[in-house]
Amino acid sequence: MSKTISALAVCSAVCMALFYTACVNRPGTAKSSVKGKSAPEFALKDANGQTVHLADYKGKVVLLDFWATWCGPCKIEIPWFMDFEQQFKDRGFAVVGVSMDEDGWTAVKPYLVRMKVNYRILLGNDQVGTLYGGVDSLPTTFLIDRQGKIAFKEIGVSTGKEEFKDAIVHLLDAPRDVASAATGGPLAVLAGAK
Amino acid sequence: MAPWPSLRAQSNGVLAAAPAERLNIKRGSSAELKLKAQLQPGFHVNSNTPADEYLIPLKLTWTKEPLEAEQVTYPKPELEKYAFSANPVSVFSGNFEIVTRFKAPATAPPGLAIIAGKLRYQACNNKECLPPRTIDLRATVNIE
Repeated sequence: MSKTISALAVCSAVCMALFYTACVNRPGTAKSSVKGKSAPEFALKDANGQTVHLADYKGKVVLLDFWATWCGPCKIEIPWFMDFEQQFKDRGFAVVGVSMDEDGWTAVKPYLVRMKVNYRILLGNDQVGTLYGGVDSLPTTFLIDRQGKIAFKEIGVSTGKEEFKDAIVHLLDAPRDVASAATGGPLAVLAGAK
Repeated sequence: MAPWPSLRAQSNGVLAAAPAERLNIKRGSSAELKLKAQLQPGFHVNSNTPADEYLIPLKLTWTKEPLEAEQVTYPKPELEKYAFSANPVSVFSGNFEIVTRFKAPATAPPGLAIIAGKLRYQACNNKECLPPRTIDLRATVNIE
C-alpha cells in the first residue's frame, strides 16, 4: 500500500515538473528571426470599414504594432507611438496598430476615443498573426523599412521610447534604394539579439 | 514555487488548475469543491473584479448538471502597481484556490458522476500579455 502511494506521489511530482518546465519556456520567445524578411502583405479593415493593405504604405517606414485593449503593457507604448506619428508622419512614416481584440470594434472604438489615438488602427485576426510568425504575446511590434523589409521585431514593451525613436530615425535617414534591415546602430540597440 | 504533489493539473498557457479532491455530496445537500490554481512565476492574472473595464476578469463556470453551482468564492485579490496603470491593479499570482459550493438536487441519481467547468483567464507580466484562454475542467463527484 505504501509503495503504491509513493509511486503515485512520484508520478504526480514528475507530471507537475514536466508541466512546470514547459511553462518556464515562455510563449513567444522561440521564434526564428524575421529581421530582413519581407513584411507579409495583409488586408484588414480600419475603424471606418475601409480595407487597408500593407502595400498602401509602400515606400514608407511603418511601425506595425499588434496590441489589444486588455493589454496593460500596450498602454505604455501607445503614447510613444502617438508622438512618433505626429513627429514623423511628414517624413514618410506611419504607425499602424493591429488590434487583436476578440470583441472587435465594440471594444476597440471606445478605447481609441479614450486614449485619443491619432494613428490608424486595424482589426486583426489569427491569420495575420500567423503570417507575422505567430503573435503569442502583446504588444508585438515590427518596424518595417521603406523597402518593405522587417527591420526588427520586438515582443513586449520595448527598451525605451528614445531607443525606439532612434531606430525610426535611422530607417527614415537611410537611402531610399538601400534595404535598411539587419544593420547595426540604433536598430541593433533596440532589437538586441532578436 | 513548489508544485502541489497531488495536483493533476489541466493547463493552457501559464496557468494550471485542477480540483483538489473528489467531491462527496449527499442528495439534497451542499458541499464545497476547491479548485487549485498555479500560475507561472512572474505572471499575474486579472482577478474576478478588475478595476479597469477593459481588463478581462478571471471567471470560473460550471455546467448545470448533475450539480448546481450555488456560489463561487474567489480569493482576496492582490492590489499591485504596474507601470502601465495609474492605479493598482487587482490580480492573482502564484498559487491560489477558488471554492465552489455545489448543491445536489434531491432527485440526483446516486453514484459517481463528472462535472465540467471552464476557467477563463488572461495573464500578463510586467512587459507583455498573453491572449485570454480557457481551461477545461473536470471533477469527479460521488453523489450519495
